[in-house]
Amino acid sequence: MSIDSIDIDTLEGEFSTLNLGPTHPATHGIFQNILTMNGERIYNSEQTVGYIHRAFEKIAEHRPFNQITPLTDRLNYCSSPINNLGWHMTVEKLIGCTVPKRVDYMRVIIMELARIADHLVCNTVIAVDTGALTGFTYMFQEREKIYELYEEVCGARLTTNIGRIGGFERDFSLAFHQKLKKFLAEFPKKFQEFCDLTERNRVFMDRVINACPFDAERSLNYGFTGPNLRAAGVDYDVRVMNPYSSYQDFDFIIPVGISGDTYDRYMVRQQEIWESVKIINQAYNNLPEGNYHADVPDFYLPPKDDVYNNMEALIYHFKIVMGEMDVPVGEVYHSVEGGNGELGYYLVSDGGRKPFRLHFRRPCFIYYQAYPEMIKGCLLSDAVVTLSSLNVIAGELDA
Amino acid sequence: MTNQEILDHIRTKFADQILEFDEPYGMLTIIINSDALLPVVEFIKTDELLQCNFMTDLCGMHHPDQQGRELGMVYMFHGMRKNIRIRIKCFMPIGDPHIDSITSLFKAANWMERETFDFYGIKFKGHPDLRRILNMDDMDYHPMLKQYKLEDGTRTDKDDRFFGRDGHDGVEFDQRYIK
Repeated sequence: MSIDSIDIDTLEGEFSTLNLGPTHPATHGIFQNILTMNGERIYNSEQTVGYIHRAFEKIAEHRPFNQITPLTDRLNYCSSPINNLGWHMTVEKLIGCTVPKRVDYMRVIIMELARIADHLVCNTVIAVDTGALTGFTYMFQEREKIYELYEEVCGARLTTNIGRIGGFERDFSLAFHQKLKKFLAEFPKKFQEFCDLTERNRVFMDRVINACPFDAERSLNYGFTGPNLRAAGVDYDVRVMNPYSSYQDFDFIIPVGISGDTYDRYMVRQQEIWESVKIINQAYNNLPEGNYHADVPDFYLPPKDDVYNNMEALIYHFKIVMGEMDVPVGEVYHSVEGGNGELGYYLVSDGGRKPFRLHFRRPCFIYYQAYPEMIKGCLLSDAVVTLSSLNVIAGELDA
Repeated sequence: MTNQEILDHIRTKFADQILEFDEPYGMLTIIINSDALLPVVEFIKTDELLQCNFMTDLCGMHHPDQQGRELGMVYMFHGMRKNIRIRIKCFMPIGDPHIDSITSLFKAANWMERETFDFYGIKFKGHPDLRRILNMDDMDYHPMLKQYKLEDGTRTDKDDRFFGRDGHDGVEFDQRYIK
């Protein structure tokens, strides 16, 4: 079953062409895999991407900074809050704004919740591809609870547009505190059930162990980041190497795999969910007192009461909504650990109301190009679970 | 290693090729001759001290105001062992948008260079399969160039103003770059 043991050029017989999918909820007409196969063995494959390309980088050159946040929602829509907050942090870095410690901790809680939601989708779908639908439906109840938590913070669920440049629009509400406490108390037990269902399940293990392994050297060469790189044994995590949002305050480990096969990718994500729970507990129990936003009147909308009753607030409100704030000239790269890896923002500002250039480093787009090499010589069923375990999100792939 | 040490180290070998350098927001940024791209990248990848064996990102740029160096390429490399980040920039005239492909050193560059070709029309010498990737194959322009408007860049019967796509200074901005 391993790639190395097969000499593809010696294969004989007739080749057939197969359009792979839809296997994953995201593969419905959004990306195409044309496989050339000999029996069940994949001889060659060709990917077509770009079906939902929405020209975000071009649109971003026509928008003030606060209007770019909704574009980032639609990159990796399984963990939109990470994208939103990463973008806010990029702008804060450009304008030289430091946020209160409380904002950092609030952000960490939201981002780790998003990471759990992201990894839950990926891992339960791997289980679905091997025939275990139960875990998927059960864990989606937990994901729903995370979405309710987003709703308490920002009012939205999927495309969250969470937070503001400089902090949050409001402090955590009472309902958020109650729901988060309930979630932290109940989630580990529920998630443990899912772990018990799959992790040492012989049927599941037979399907995913040794399915399309990808070693560290090739993973680095192909620009893998996040769980897919860590599965190959490289302990690169942006949260640890270049800590942002006070991640250095928390105690957590970076799980790594050995061979980079589908089981390793799966297990790395499973362990990361446990680590995220640990981080949320630490951040929530030590949530510092303080303000929920920084003092940046040029970017942070004033309270509505002040807008009606205070002339200075009205001026700032007008300037922000019309995109008239002064922005320093400069170029800045900021990256966060997204659900799929290093999510980077390269922002070039010429001092105008809009970015001169904004480039998103989308981890999916970069690692999906390794897929043909990963599945070459593998069986069709391995290709299906491998696609799920890479967690290719079409929104991030096509931008 | 500090940025100054990294710069000095690269300078020992490529003193003539480094045109400018800067340190915006802490990241070492060097502008080099576009002809020297491949040797410089190979050096920082294989060098014992730097070991920048990871390409974080690459993307194109368009500066319509810079005469003779309108198109730019930005590369970002990461040496994970010592957490070294280096940004390399090259510029080229819009009339001759050619630069060496770095796919021979980093396979990750394959789709990213295709994306840059798609957006800016920069042609990568030695790229194995330089086709459009995100836009449709029969598109006849490179949409990220500044002279093209947001909405359907080649049509003349439509204007971004009609869709509320641009603020007041946007119209002016577009006209500045229309040939």
